[in-house]
Amino acid sequence: MAAAARLLVKSAAFNSSVSAVCGRVRAPTAGTSLIRLSPSCSLRLKTQTRHAAHFTFYSDPVSTKYGPTTKMNLFQSVTSALDHTLASDPTAVIFGEDVAFGGVFRCTVGLRDKYGKDRVFNTPLCEQGIVGFGIGAATAGATAIAEIQFADYIFPAFDQIVNEAAKYRYRSGNHYDCGTLTIRAPWGCVGHGSIYHSQSPEAFFAHSPGLKVVVPRGPVQAKGLLLSCIADKNPCIFFEPKILYRAAVEQVPTEAYHLPLSQADIVQEGSDLTMVAWGTQVHVLKEVANMAQDKLGLSCELIDLQTILPWDIETVCKSVVKTGRLLISHEAPVTGGFAAEISTTVQEECFLNLEAPITRVCGYDTPFPHIFEPFYIPDKWKCFEAIKRMINY
Amino acid sequence: MVAVRNMQRLWGLGVSAIRQHAALKTSRVVQQKAFRLNAAHCQQSYDSSMEKPQFPGASAEFVDHLEFIQPNVISGIPVYRVMDRQGQIINPSEDPQLSKDTVLNFYQKMTLLNTMDRILYESQRQGRISFYMTNYGEEGTHIGSAAALNSDDLVFGQYREAGVLMYRGFPLDLFMAQCYGNADDVGKGRQMPVHYGCKEHHFVTISSPLATQIPQVAGAAYAIKRENSNRVVVCYFGEGAASEGDAHAGFNFSATLECPIIFFCRNNGYAISTPTHEQYRGDGIAARGPGYGMLSIRVDGNDVFAVYNATKEARRRAVAENQPFLIEAMTYRIGHHSTSDDSSAYRSVDEVNYWDKQDHPISRLRHYMSARGWWGEDEERAWRKQSRKLVMEAFEKAERRLKPNLELIFTDVYDEMTPGLTKQRESMMRHLQQYKEHYPVDLYEK
Repeated sequence: MAAAARLLVKSAAFNSSVSAVCGRVRAPTAGTSLIRLSPSCSLRLKTQTRHAAHFTFYSDPVSTKYGPTTKMNLFQSVTSALDHTLASDPTAVIFGEDVAFGGVFRCTVGLRDKYGKDRVFNTPLCEQGIVGFGIGAATAGATAIAEIQFADYIFPAFDQIVNEAAKYRYRSGNHYDCGTLTIRAPWGCVGHGSIYHSQSPEAFFAHSPGLKVVVPRGPVQAKGLLLSCIADKNPCIFFEPKILYRAAVEQVPTEAYHLPLSQADIVQEGSDLTMVAWGTQVHVLKEVANMAQDKLGLSCELIDLQTILPWDIETVCKSVVKTGRLLISHEAPVTGGFAAEISTTVQEECFLNLEAPITRVCGYDTPFPHIFEPFYIPDKWKCFEAIKRMINY
Repeated sequence: MVAVRNMQRLWGLGVSAIRQHAALKTSRVVQQKAFRLNAAHCQQSYDSSMEKPQFPGASAEFVDHLEFIQPNVISGIPVYRVMDRQGQIINPSEDPQLSKDTVLNFYQKMTLLNTMDRILYESQRQGRISFYMTNYGEEGTHIGSAAALNSDDLVFGQYREAGVLMYRGFPLDLFMAQCYGNADDVGKGRQMPVHYGCKEHHFVTISSPLATQIPQVAGAAYAIKRENSNRVVVCYFGEGAASEGDAHAGFNFSATLECPIIFFCRNNGYAISTPTHEQYRGDGIAARGPGYGMLSIRVDGNDVFAVYNATKEARRRAVAENQPFLIEAMTYRIGHHSTSDDSSAYRSVDEVNYWDKQDHPISRLRHYMSARGWWGEDEERAWRKQSRKLVMEAFEKAERRLKPNLELIFTDVYDEMTPGLTKQRESMMRHLQQYKEHYPVDLYEK
């Protein structure tokens, strides 16, 4: 019963976030209309709702490169990737907290019924156990897909990930490895997730040789990159921007396909300035690129890094050589964030091409706050202002 | 129904009730039945008219007086023993009746390990290898358990289980190669000494972080269960490592996910300098097993036959029933924790001497063999000489060998070299060309 309560709390939190964040996509829920408020109260509520939507999802242009497509949101595209994996690989298993009934974010709905309870199952509530279990299953030859319920709760498994998974192949001289392990975790801010339902911990893992860390920006990338992570011969952490689970809807190929890891995606070409982001922040920067075009007449090149480790140095540096300016933006705190790594590398590689200091627009060096979220996140206005300063440098 | 309730109550009240049964077999049967009843209870339908607890979290009766469950640490889970300290079989029905060849092999593997330990320990004292950990006093736990396994059962260890690899035929050359980190080392010289591993012998490479292997075992056993290959996974760890969170994770996952595992705890009384009374306050590690719904037993770790019997039966049932078993082997760490430790700083020489001279797994097995006329002074002298020669040959060969190629710093981080790593390798090689006189490049293979 305790487990059910925990689950209700979490899914309830998520549902309300969906209605708040995706007001444009979904009609107000019945629950909202039942609450009668004084006019001044409802005004305040509206104000809050508007601030919560800090981005607009830009769907990818429909491509038939991988065959026919279906409309999917991000959680459905994840389910689709998992479905393909279970269908094609008899050793593949999916496990974690509450995945059996479909997961608190609905990513595993229907899979247990389709593939059996020995392949899609709940574990005890213990993250170090989940990752340790996944490493062992992978070592013994199974394809192990572990779920950590929120990226915020991956830290109990930090030792298993950093000391064990990342070093398994190296330390055994390639006699043993856990390359068939993939760890999925909901990631990033969600409007009101506060300290432990909002974190972006990718930089902690970026310091760990042996791991791959991947973040998709939408349903098409989620499916293709997740399938690549699962197929990759190295332990991968796949962070799913939970704010996009329902908000991001686009045409996704129905068949299995792979998008390459360690390859950044140039979302929009430009000549005046390079912008790098990943996950939800790509959509924020897309809007910033439009604002910069409209208000400043600037042509921005937008790169979705996609893989944090090992990252695509070549694509980013090539772009900066062309534009001479670089802005990097992520939700995670600035100090020790992955933007620092990108910035240093580009500075080393493109020193003669840089016409302005590289700029980082990131979260502040605080825990992720609840009621202050609209002020905390590196939103489009903060990024836009940074661009203005870079251009006038 | 009354009988059923009593049985459940017995289970609920914990091991203290079970322990009152003097005969070990009886308690085994009781535990097993209780386990099954517990599982069956999940099927019961909800009925509020019965004056019976309906909580989903436990199957138990109400009780109308306040009583805390008392841990029984004074009279703990008994220690299963087959032969006494003079090598006499105590209860003939428990005698595994192993053949002379098998027993001689046990003895030779235990003593060969002991000889290797002495030579490598000395070599560390002379600075020839950087680090070493001996197995003194725990040879019986390794050989007895390894012998009861199939050779393809997957083993995850901690670091003091070299005897398992020895039993499986891992060559002396490769033990030495690992400790020297030379070009023959299967681990490519990347880990500290005694971090052995071997794919061929199904022995997963040792890593230093304690207890991390315990939840991994659950996953490996789960995968093996799905393969239907009639294999078991064995997990060794010390009583100190059992305090890690990963031990809790591993035990619980193994039970709830019904994995064919033998958890083998070497309780040798110390975790470096920390004695067990600073490690835990319950009845050792074995007493924790029933709390996880795991069949558990405590054995005399200096009695190779007791270890063998317990492991053999646990293996049989783990594979047949897809459930984990916990064996706690009581023993004593006769040597220092490692070559970086002087154990006289925290324990008396008398204490160590007692275990070394009066209750040692090797001498106990020798008594058993002597009593049967299988082994005498002559055989002992000849074998000592021969085993020392074997070890010294491997030792000298390992010492002469070059270290691995420097490129191996960069491989196996990922399955393929990344562009970043390729660049770093080239950078190092360029640097070495210019500054090679400042590095020991001649010791490494070209």
